[in-house]
Amino acid sequence: MTIWIGIAVGCLGCYLLKLAGLSVPKSVLERPAVHRIAALLPVVLLAALIAVQTFSDGRSLVIDARAAGLAVAAVAVWRRWPFLVVVALAAVTTALVRQVIPAS
Amino acid sequence: MTTGPESTGDATPDGPTPDSTIQGNSTPDPPDLDWRLTRTQVLRDSMGVAIATGAYAISFGAIALAGGLNVWQTLALSLLMFTGASQFGLIAVIAGGGAPLAGAATAIMLGARNALYGLRLAEILRVSGLRRLGAAQLVIDESTAMSIGRDTDRAARLGFYATGLGVFTLWNIGTLVGAVGASWLSDPRALGLDAAAPAAFLALLAPRLRGRELWAVALVAAMVAVLAVPLVPVGVPVLLAGLVGVIAGLIPRKGTTQAPDPAESAESIRSIDSSEPDDQPTREPS
Repeated sequence: MTIWIGIAVGCLGCYLLKLAGLSVPKSVLERPAVHRIAALLPVVLLAALIAVQTFSDGRSLVIDARAAGLAVAAVAVWRRWPFLVVVALAAVTTALVRQVIPAS
Repeated sequence: MTTGPESTGDATPDGPTPDSTIQGNSTPDPPDLDWRLTRTQVLRDSMGVAIATGAYAISFGAIALAGGLNVWQTLALSLLMFTGASQFGLIAVIAGGGAPLAGAATAIMLGARNALYGLRLAEILRVSGLRRLGAAQLVIDESTAMSIGRDTDRAARLGFYATGLGVFTLWNIGTLVGAVGASWLSDPRALGLDAAAPAAFLALLAPRLRGRELWAVALVAAMVAVLAVPLVPVGVPVLLAGLVGVIAGLIPRKGTTQAPDPAESAESIRSIDSSEPDDQPTREPS
């Protein structure tokens, strides 16, 4: 149930942001700092999500099979392979490492 | 913006303006043929982007299920939130055991850029009332990138609606396929699906990392988040990283404003920046 609340709040917030852009006078959001922050937020949040999801179990820091998956994904991204290939390679690598080292 | 109020005259929706004959008779005006070619081009571009985006919706559906959402919750996100990075962000926080509201906050921060896209699009779309309420939901990276930078407002509007509706349709179909597919798996972890989410984030992040400054901010944010994991509740480390972004953005800088990067997949999408000389880094040695 609480997941639904998170979904509702998140959806509403995201929609209102979209609507705000189309609705508010340009001067309200047209400031250099607002632009910089809006450009930086995806960068910092994605970087943090990558780090937290790869190197923690939520409560403490761990290094396990997911790190191998991410490393392979990094190579795939660097080689500019398609999105689905990147994601699939990360998953397959992680699964294979877990086959070899069951505890990871 | 190249399409200021003074240049909208080239966007007359219904062909040549009556006074086009003032130009003289040396140039026979083929506006309909021109428009048909443009329309074909715009629609083809939009379809390509929609198909590519629909493909990653499949991974979204699968990752959401692996993260503990059910099929209905996953479908609701794609229908109602409909902005990819935010959706991935929300399920990531929930999958890690974070509070759903922390997930919502992450999603909302990730969606903040859509408000700036709306600013650009408002001049092009000129929508109000119910139409605006509908158009707002289609304001995403892809529809913005395929709209801004077109030669005429008419082409820009077509780019926006064709891409927005195309992506909306295939994004939701893709989500359904991925979610239902993953719901048949007994243990997503055995397939390594928990590593699929960070990989997806990496693919979303890479095209945005242009310049040393952005790399530096990204690394600091990642370090702050990781170091905070043992100290604060689940979901909060990512919000702290958001704070890093806000602080970094508030530090005033001369001549190096960064334009928000709309392209979640850089190659397949036209760059918004080329149409926004006023937002370009000035590249002065400062």
